[in-house]
Amino acid sequence: MIRRETWQAWALLLPALLLLVAFTHWPAVATLIDSLYTTPRGSRPPRFIGLENFASLLDDRVFWTALRNNFIYAAATIPASVILALLMALAVNTALPGRPLLRMAYFTPTMLPMIAVANIWLFFFTPDYGLFDQVAGLFGLGRHNWLGDSATALPAMIVVAVWKEAGFFMIFYLAALQAMPPDLREAADLEGSSRWNFFRRVTLPLLMPTTLFVLVNAVINAFRLVDHVVVMTRGGPDNATTLLLYYIYETGFRFWDTAMAATLTVVLLVLLAALAWLQFGVLGRRVHYR
Amino acid sequence: MSTTQSTGAEVRLIDVTRSWGSVTALGGVSLHVRAGSFCVLLGPSGCGKTTCLRIVAGLDSATSGRVEIGGRDVTALPPAARGVAMVFQSYALFPHLTVEENILFGLKARSVPAPERGRRLARAVETLGIGQLLARRPGQLSGGQQQRVALGRAIVAEAPVCLMDEPLSNLDAQLRAEMRAEILGLQRRLGITMLYVTHDQTEAMAMADQVVLLRGGHIEQDAPPAELYARPATSFAAGFVGTPPMNLLKLAPDGTVAGAGGPVLGEGGARLAGIRPEALRVGETGIPVRVTHAEYLGADTVVACQAGESRVLARLPGRAALAAGTPLHLAADPADIHLFDAETGARIATRDR
Repeated sequence: MIRRETWQAWALLLPALLLLVAFTHWPAVATLIDSLYTTPRGSRPPRFIGLENFASLLDDRVFWTALRNNFIYAAATIPASVILALLMALAVNTALPGRPLLRMAYFTPTMLPMIAVANIWLFFFTPDYGLFDQVAGLFGLGRHNWLGDSATALPAMIVVAVWKEAGFFMIFYLAALQAMPPDLREAADLEGSSRWNFFRRVTLPLLMPTTLFVLVNAVINAFRLVDHVVVMTRGGPDNATTLLLYYIYETGFRFWDTAMAATLTVVLLVLLAALAWLQFGVLGRRVHYR
Repeated sequence: MSTTQSTGAEVRLIDVTRSWGSVTALGGVSLHVRAGSFCVLLGPSGCGKTTCLRIVAGLDSATSGRVEIGGRDVTALPPAARGVAMVFQSYALFPHLTVEENILFGLKARSVPAPERGRRLARAVETLGIGQLLARRPGQLSGGQQQRVALGRAIVAEAPVCLMDEPLSNLDAQLRAEMRAEILGLQRRLGITMLYVTHDQTEAMAMADQVVLLRGGHIEQDAPPAELYARPATSFAAGFVGTPPMNLLKLAPDGTVAGAGGPVLGEGGARLAGIRPEALRVGETGIPVRVTHAEYLGADTVVACQAGESRVLARLPGRAALAAGTPLHLAADPADIHLFDAETGARIATRDR
């Protein structure tokens, strides 16, 4: 006999459960299943082929390029945006004239939609009359096709992502800094601790829970945020800016190779899971939660 | 009462003011704390006592005036260069560091060599009995233990002046009494100068060599506890010190208690007569009062009475079973009657004192 409360509990959980299953859990399971089948085409139904999709991925040159690009992209955006966020938070946490304005300015990129950001930066990067070339022109440097050159296209994407993300992470650091009791600083001042010593021995360790949170988000974003690639380069030139998620999008919705896209998605999920596990495992143990 | 091998330094405030915009927190405070003595800054909240302490520490700067420690003008010096240690009300322990790391934080910051650090740590640990806590974090300690660690951090600095900002306010009553004795003992043993902020007059009476009573950013009275008790300089000081504090009775122009009559307590209009509850006794003659409430405390009974327009508390020995509404006469020796100006609150000198 199931008790009345149990029914009520399930009834209360149902709306959330339904949405979660429909849009999160089932698609995830379906993706895993799809990755083990061939892509259905016309009258040909999907056929179970085991890990064959994964095997063919190993020979896919574009996949390896996308993976390499994504690692470079992550390795550059994550530390850059997190360190920049911390520096900005420290800057706007001190008593400055016009502090609210500065905070807002730092946060603005976060509020803009990525499509708008991409369009703004598209203009910055335009050869000849874009912002970068105009500034470079002042120093006598010639024109440069930032997005058209495969050597500078990926760094350009990285710059946009850092600009967009740092303000968002700054908010978390700022909140954490403001939650720190001011008497810790005063106690350290009395003890003759230098600003740097206090930052290194007190501020930074106390910010670790925030850092962990921000890092996990930064890692996820590094594999998730590809809107600007769609708008600015479409993965080009010569796949120089193709990131993993963009490649999934292309495979799935331009070439309609859904099985392959599912396979790529599984790879991406496994990658993210491994990174998250690593972060919580390695960093989590060194984080002090109050 | 400086000890013989005093390691303390004298502290002097010279006409120190502090204002934030139009708000004045301290208005011209001058103060001299002798080397090795225990000085309590006492007062209700908002009286400026904490501001005063923070100015000595260098955490706040004085708007005008001078601060001297050990004869040296420190007004413009940063906190670390003043030779003071401080125990915060919140203890301000670093939550991510162990007790040992917390205590040694300042010594490491000042690059004190490791053997010396070890020596000072061992001494603090032995003095405070916190040896078994060294590896723990503040979050794993009780309030009293955190308090000891905060004391330890102040001791190892071996500063000649120690500042304490309501250090016992977060502890329960029993622990507070224990720590009171312990802090006093520590101060005597180390011979340091102590500046101690509290709103609790019991703490001030029990610990201080010198009590500085503050009110509204001004010093109301600066005296040893015995004198503060025996000769309050103002009606505020009279009404702040003592458990329960001194009764203040409004006098009629004829010198009797307004609305009650009875004996003449002090001639001249616009006066307050101050009588300590423990100086009152039930007599044949005296101020006619009516009992409103009696509180039996074991050793004595505090009887609340109404005397005309004033409320009077009397501390009577033993168990005085008095029902509400009982008429009584309360008498006091003339020597126990203090007179104050009702307008200014200032003490009025009487013939015999």
